[in-house]
Amino acid sequence: MSGKLAEILNIHKWEKGTLIFILQKVQRELGYISEEAISEIAKRARISISEVFGVASFYSQFHFTPRGKHTVKVCLGTSCHVQGGPRILEAVERELGIKAGETTKDYKFNLETVACFGCCALSPVIVVDKTVYSRMTTKRVKEILRLYQ
Amino acid sequence: MTFEEIQNRAIAEWKNLCGETRILVGAATCGRSAGALSVLDAINEELTKHNIDAVVTQVGCIGLCYTEPIICIVKPQQPHIFYASVTPEIVPEIIEDYLLKGDPRPDLALGSVGNKNVKGIPNLFDLPMLKPQVRIVLRNCGFIDPTNINHYIANSGYSGLVKALKMSPEKVIEEVKESGLRGRGGAGFPTGMKWGFCRKAPGNEKYLVCNADEGDPGAFMDRSVLEGDPHGVLEGILIGAYAIGATKGYIYCRAEYPLALERLYTALSQMREYGILGNNILGTDFSFDIEIKEGAGAFVCGEETALIASIEGRRGIPRSRPPFPANSGIWGKPTNINNVETLANVSMILQRGATWFAGFGTENCRGTKTFSLAGKIKRTGLIEVPFGIPLRQVIYDIGGGITGDKRLKAVQTGGPSGGFIPPEFLETPVDYESLTKLGSIMGSGGMIVADEDNCIVDMARFFLTFTQSESCGKCVPCRVGTRQMLDILERICRGEGEEEDINKLQHLAETVRDSALCALGGTAPNPVLTSLRYFPNEYEAHIKEKRCPAKVCTELVYYYILPDKCEGCMLCLRNCPVEAIKGGKRMVHIIDQEKCIKCGTCLDFCPPRFNAVVKISGEHPVGLEEPIPVKK
Ligand SMILES: Cc1cc2nc3c(=O)[nH]c(=O)nc-3n(C[C@H](O)[C@H](O)[C@H](O)COP(=O)(O)O)c2cc1C
Ligand code: FES
Repeated sequence: MSGKLAEILNIHKWEKGTLIFILQKVQRELGYISEEAISEIAKRARISISEVFGVASFYSQFHFTPRGKHTVKVCLGTSCHVQGGPRILEAVERELGIKAGETTKDYKFNLETVACFGCCALSPVIVVDKTVYSRMTTKRVKEILRLYQ
Repeated sequence: MTFEEIQNRAIAEWKNLCGETRILVGAATCGRSAGALSVLDAINEELTKHNIDAVVTQVGCIGLCYTEPIICIVKPQQPHIFYASVTPEIVPEIIEDYLLKGDPRPDLALGSVGNKNVKGIPNLFDLPMLKPQVRIVLRNCGFIDPTNINHYIANSGYSGLVKALKMSPEKVIEEVKESGLRGRGGAGFPTGMKWGFCRKAPGNEKYLVCNADEGDPGAFMDRSVLEGDPHGVLEGILIGAYAIGATKGYIYCRAEYPLALERLYTALSQMREYGILGNNILGTDFSFDIEIKEGAGAFVCGEETALIASIEGRRGIPRSRPPFPANSGIWGKPTNINNVETLANVSMILQRGATWFAGFGTENCRGTKTFSLAGKIKRTGLIEVPFGIPLRQVIYDIGGGITGDKRLKAVQTGGPSGGFIPPEFLETPVDYESLTKLGSIMGSGGMIVADEDNCIVDMARFFLTFTQSESCGKCVPCRVGTRQMLDILERICRGEGEEEDINKLQHLAETVRDSALCALGGTAPNPVLTSLRYFPNEYEAHIKEKRCPAKVCTELVYYYILPDKCEGCMLCLRNCPVEAIKGGKRMVHIIDQEKCIKCGTCLDFCPPRFNAVVKISGEHPVGLEEPIPVKK
């Protein structure tokens, strides 16, 4: 088991109800939930592997493949939809050459869609890592992504 | 420390602060995305440059998101002066003129708040977007430092809790019942009554959950309140916990709200320091602690039984009720779940009294409701209005009407669980029953405006895409029904709809509505049902004429270059991502419809003074085969 995974799993008490919290912690530290992490969590929590995977795969937050360096999230909530969010997504997809849910070959970018960041008043919105870009236009997509190239 | 000592200390700190020059920067998520943090840097730089002593504070959102970043300058004994759409470039001007030369720059100011008038600057709360509003939940947002508990306390914060702790729990429940408060999470269930059920449920171990999942994809009321005034909600949680006899509380907050989470963590640790949280709160024998649970991205977890499952670390799947959470919730113990806004109201009801609160709103809906106004409206933002206000006043007075003075098509309330309200019902008062009568719902407060450029069929498809992918799959009507409805809607949007589809949709929608296990499925058909009821013409245009009247549905739209308008500037040609445009310098351009992916880039790039690219629907473009020279 990788050292970091062991470290995360060692510091947490296995109380009832902590499974989601542990999964969030693992993902935050390691970037994604590996097969190894799932089986190790199952062992320590004394539940089946399928139960751990069942919970993890239920929630859209969890990923099972390594992530790219930057995460681009395009909002497809109602307000963003009305203001042209789908066209922003298409522009980002073209620019990165991947579809939503994918990672670029060089592991530089992941592209995700999200249903609302709560920034609807300034839609359409995209978020790169932790920076929120509001009032997006297709023309600005290239400019913004270049900052992270 | 007794509460009196805490309060005195807080008031002293607040008074001290009011003796200084202060600059408040609206730095909630919306403000930040509009550039508030670079404005903040510019302010600090300017203050250092001129050696000006001023306290700069990041505050929450006052709701005028359309004109962020907003800053407010308060000189001692002077009114608050608000400046909107501030840029780092304009900061030196404002600071030098107002702070060094004493000129508040009425030309740049948005409004003022305080007992004195400033010449040339209107009272902020007299502006059309704020005048009809009543700020109970948003009372402190934009005015206090949300990371400083003393600011909250100095503005009567936690006095409602102190009052409650001197009353019997039953009396507190009575007070909330009297206020007429109904749950703001969507269903509008009377809060006092819900608390009464949980109070009466047998057991020593009880839970109170604050539902901050805010799943409606187009709503941000709860985020704003948590970011701008977290203690307003936390005080409500404590009062509720005392009333029902809860021992432990959870705040279930969506992970997409990092700033709200940060504010909550800070607030909780300050409360512990003051003994407002933990064992023997404020020296009484009431003990209670709060834990934050971060959501992991599932809309259905906003539903109370799914939320309970998620808190227990399981898949967030609803179960049938009864038993209701009041009797059997987290780990089978009595549990009370309330929305963020409901709880923020509770603290004010205890602070100011039930009678005061019941003075706002209508007979059956007391108090106010916050809405996030977004979409095709001029003044987007967060508003708080008394129940009963006509929809027209919200859209036209507060919201300033439709962007670009286009035609209003529909107001969508309640998000994926709600419906479309067409313009003929604009006089409808905003309250739970009136919106339900129209086939929509109040929901948690999302209000999205659609104009003539939005396609109702496309929007219905959008909502169904959302509910279909968020359906947990436990019950058949929702799992299969939403999929079937979505298939039909997608077909119609592609221009492959058949006349039978309208009846099929109606029938499916009614079946899902009446038979789904939880309210996710039970309300998912609402967008479809209201769109069929109020906009049958749009469905017919898609099905019979293969035309999308709003020119939104990609498969039914073509881009076309008007030969007599094209000046041959080559901008569209150069930017077309798939090289579908033929042409040359001073040659009329032509779009190859076979290659065109309908991304709209050509339309974006065509200079407005030419306006040569158009979208057409319902007919195939016919025109030039080869580029010809532009006519002189
Ligand atoms: C699919 C679904 C999603 C919901 N999402 C939320 C939500 O995000 N926030 C919320 O407060 N209530 C939500 N609710 C309503 C809750 O189940 C519950 O009624 C509410 O939190 C009760 O609080 P209140 O009585 O204070 O309104 C949702 C309900 C359903 C069916
Ligand atoms: S809909 Fe995109 S931020 Fe809310």
